[in-house]
Amino acid sequence: MVKIREIHKQLINREISAVELAKEYLARLEISSSKFGTYLSITGEKAIEDAQVIDEKIASGEEIGLLAGIPMGIKDNISTKGIVTTCGSKILENYKPVFNATVVDKLYNAGGIILGKCNMDEFAMGSSSENSAYKLVRNPWDLDRVPGGSSGGSAASVAAEEVVFSLGSDTGGSVRQPAGFCGVVGMKPTYGRVSRYGLIAYASSLDQIGPMAKNVEDCAIVHDVISGYDKMDSTSANMPSTKTLDIIGKDIKGLRIGVPKEYFGGDEKVLNTLKKALAKFEELGAIVEETTLPHTEYALPAYYIIASAEASSNLARFDGVRYGVRDWDQKDVTDMMSATRDKFFGKEVKKRIMIGTYALSAGYYDAYYLKALKVRTLLKRDFDEAFKRYDVLITPIAPTLPFKIGENIKDSITMYLGDICTVTINLVGIPGIAIPCGFVDGLPVGMQILGKPFSEELLFNVAHKFEQSNDFHLRKPEVK
Amino acid sequence: MNKYEVVIGLEVHVELKTATKIFCGCKTEFGGAPNTHVCPVCLGLPGVLPVVNEKVVEFGVRTGLAINAKVPNYSKFDRKNYYYPDLTKNFQTSQFDLPICEHGYLDIEVDGIVKRIGITRAHMEEDAGKLVHSGKTISSSDSSNVDYNRVGVPLLEIVSEPDIRSSEEAKEYVEVLKKILTYIDVSDCKMEEGSIRADANVSVRLVGAKEFGTRTETKNLNSLKALQKAIEYEVERQIEVIEDGGVIEQETRTWDDEKGITLSMRSKADAHDYRYFPEPDLPPIILTDEYIAGIKATLPELPESRKKRLMEVDDLSAYDANLVIAERFLADFYDEVRKNIDDPKLIVNYLMGDYYRELAAAGLDFKNSPVSTNAFIELLKLLQDKTISGKLAKDIIPVMIKEGKNPKVIVEEKGLVQISDTSAIEAIIIEVIEANPKAVEDYKSGKGNSIGFLVGQVMKASKGKANPGIVNELLKSKLDS
Ligand SMILES: [Zn+2]
Repeated sequence: MVKIREIHKQLINREISAVELAKEYLARLEISSSKFGTYLSITGEKAIEDAQVIDEKIASGEEIGLLAGIPMGIKDNISTKGIVTTCGSKILENYKPVFNATVVDKLYNAGGIILGKCNMDEFAMGSSSENSAYKLVRNPWDLDRVPGGSSGGSAASVAAEEVVFSLGSDTGGSVRQPAGFCGVVGMKPTYGRVSRYGLIAYASSLDQIGPMAKNVEDCAIVHDVISGYDKMDSTSANMPSTKTLDIIGKDIKGLRIGVPKEYFGGDEKVLNTLKKALAKFEELGAIVEETTLPHTEYALPAYYIIASAEASSNLARFDGVRYGVRDWDQKDVTDMMSATRDKFFGKEVKKRIMIGTYALSAGYYDAYYLKALKVRTLLKRDFDEAFKRYDVLITPIAPTLPFKIGENIKDSITMYLGDICTVTINLVGIPGIAIPCGFVDGLPVGMQILGKPFSEELLFNVAHKFEQSNDFHLRKPEVK
Repeated sequence: MNKYEVVIGLEVHVELKTATKIFCGCKTEFGGAPNTHVCPVCLGLPGVLPVVNEKVVEFGVRTGLAINAKVPNYSKFDRKNYYYPDLTKNFQTSQFDLPICEHGYLDIEVDGIVKRIGITRAHMEEDAGKLVHSGKTISSSDSSNVDYNRVGVPLLEIVSEPDIRSSEEAKEYVEVLKKILTYIDVSDCKMEEGSIRADANVSVRLVGAKEFGTRTETKNLNSLKALQKAIEYEVERQIEVIEDGGVIEQETRTWDDEKGITLSMRSKADAHDYRYFPEPDLPPIILTDEYIAGIKATLPELPESRKKRLMEVDDLSAYDANLVIAERFLADFYDEVRKNIDDPKLIVNYLMGDYYRELAAAGLDFKNSPVSTNAFIELLKLLQDKTISGKLAKDIIPVMIKEGKNPKVIVEEKGLVQISDTSAIEAIIIEVIEANPKAVEDYKSGKGNSIGFLVGQVMKASKGKANPGIVNELLKSKLDS
């Protein structure tokens, strides 16, 4: 069941108005989000106003797009004009952007109704959403477990059906891993496919905004809207937006699937679920073969060096001088900047800024940053080789099931190791889609399907074929 | 006396005269109320991204070609990280290891000796904002305000090799550089508006020493005078320290214009580690050979080459040639006139003589003068075909400047046409001879100078319009016959 199409039909048949729909969703979101911690701000008034505009259009007989009137959540590191955008950080507690991110403009133009800003790990640094400076996010499938991160709010909100779709951002797995943990679909597009303009940067060379939804087609509809060239983003690829709906539903017989063995080192239960999914692909006519990506073991340290280095520079602007909060109780501007950053950045953020600053320092640059860039080149070569033989690669998203809240937060190494399956994809810049591929002990297990640069349409189609062969996307968490 | 040799390297920061900033569409215009020429991008608001102004790259390439540098096909931007409130991102987007051009040089001339000064590199970067403190310094002020209008204004930093040996050479180097940059139209080079400023790296060593001495860097010298004085002060200070048995600290110093001294700003130990790394928000700059050749084709002839041509082809003196090439506008004016007037000396004499003098008297300069090249050419033609005399030209030029009129029109209106008609002049001569028998007598008795008196009388009778050459000639033949 494709939620967006269903609602669209109801709207144009006037079975429900956009305002009624917004109110219904808002009422549910108010209660639900307080339980799951999914939102940092709820934009009820704007939602109703925006919905009224859609209703007027329908009333006047104007044609509306598929996303018109559809309730959505936006990760709180994506700039929304006039709506507080905190990045999950105290340092931006009062920050209201004066402009919209390009993706937000695109969604507004398509008629999407924003219900609020989704909770997240502070500045997208984290894999459990426990690093939010405001409150943690809970996994709708088990309130004692994390929803993954850093787009935990966006993923959990979709899983709990507070919104129809949401936007997350993925720097090292921040869309795919929470999508996997929450049993929803999430796409990390090719680097450059979706404009980053207005996305508050964590690591510029790795960040991509991606859509999340309950099913593949809904996710694809959103991707078609937000993708495409943007002259405001110099790293944006000069290509038109995706037209997934033309492709979805096509046969995948003869599709060559590579399964990189380096990614299959986690929890037995997770791996068995993956293996069943791969068997399903064979049933669907695909050719599944084991393959190798030999430099995989260097990816994680390279990722943490590059991401932290870029972050140390990207986050330098948060100094209390121009916007955000300020520690006023200081004698001069230098002290004020230091104190503001010390007081209002969280622990994990400060840690990564320090790692990044160290990695870029004179005398260390070659040993760390430059070496990490070389690893990046080797990883790219691995994937180039693999894609000579395979159309897509399939791997787990995380080596474990969603872990318990508090379980890993004290142990950074374990937390970082959880990103082992996802970070490489950002270093290489290729697209990857996360979809549910089974359940273990009532918890969702996700898999990621990876493709060549700009193969999002193929990935959506492959994911869709798999999705239609099972009922995982139809299951709902029992909201107690 | 000259026990020490002075070694100087200059970093010249040039503001490029693009209409908009380097990474956004804001105006680069000087002035404006504080924080009015800003947008989310140059304010570095969270989530913004830079987009390179192609004009800046073009100007960088133009400059590179004009200073004899290599322009590589591949260069890139890097981030220079440091915290200061005049930056909006706490990093400056600049170029580190792969700048827009490298390995250039300029020839300068001091005391008649031509010397080649190497240029290490030139790189593009963004300017910072301006802090206005309530007190003297940022740390002694109760409050400071910051104006971000300048943030993102494109700069080119041109770094010389340590080839400069005196403050004179340093001044000459900057002069030559300024001349080139204004010729190729990439900068106004207005020092008073800060559109060109220099940092001077200065050290001294015993004459004949192989190693350089420890250098100091004096920042933000925003006039040629300050540049020269700061270097001279620094040289004297360093020699004194060494002579007293001390050692020079490697440090950054600042020039106090009021006191005429340099002051220590920060020592090497406090030097910033800028943690440069490639700007991830901007793809590398890839320039094709065709692109570079295309820009090369649009470059005007540069001052040095023009000077050479004026001396060799037009046979002008070095002095005259220097006058003509001092400004691109004037040099172009000369060339335009020269196409029509085959007398270089005549052009220079009028251009730099009467014309220049009258312009100055009217409070104008060559650039904003109402006199077109065509009008100027006409004036010289009237002189050449003897329609007017030099004396008449002196009367005509101010009218051309004041009324913006064509010289021919002025000549006609005022009836200033020179009389070259021999019969008309002859008639006047006969009258003058008849009226001045005494002078004629004097002449015939050998007092040669009395002819001057007679010429004067003829000119007077013709109201200055008679062609003096013809008058002289005719009068002589009349008297001698
Ligand atoms: Zn701007």
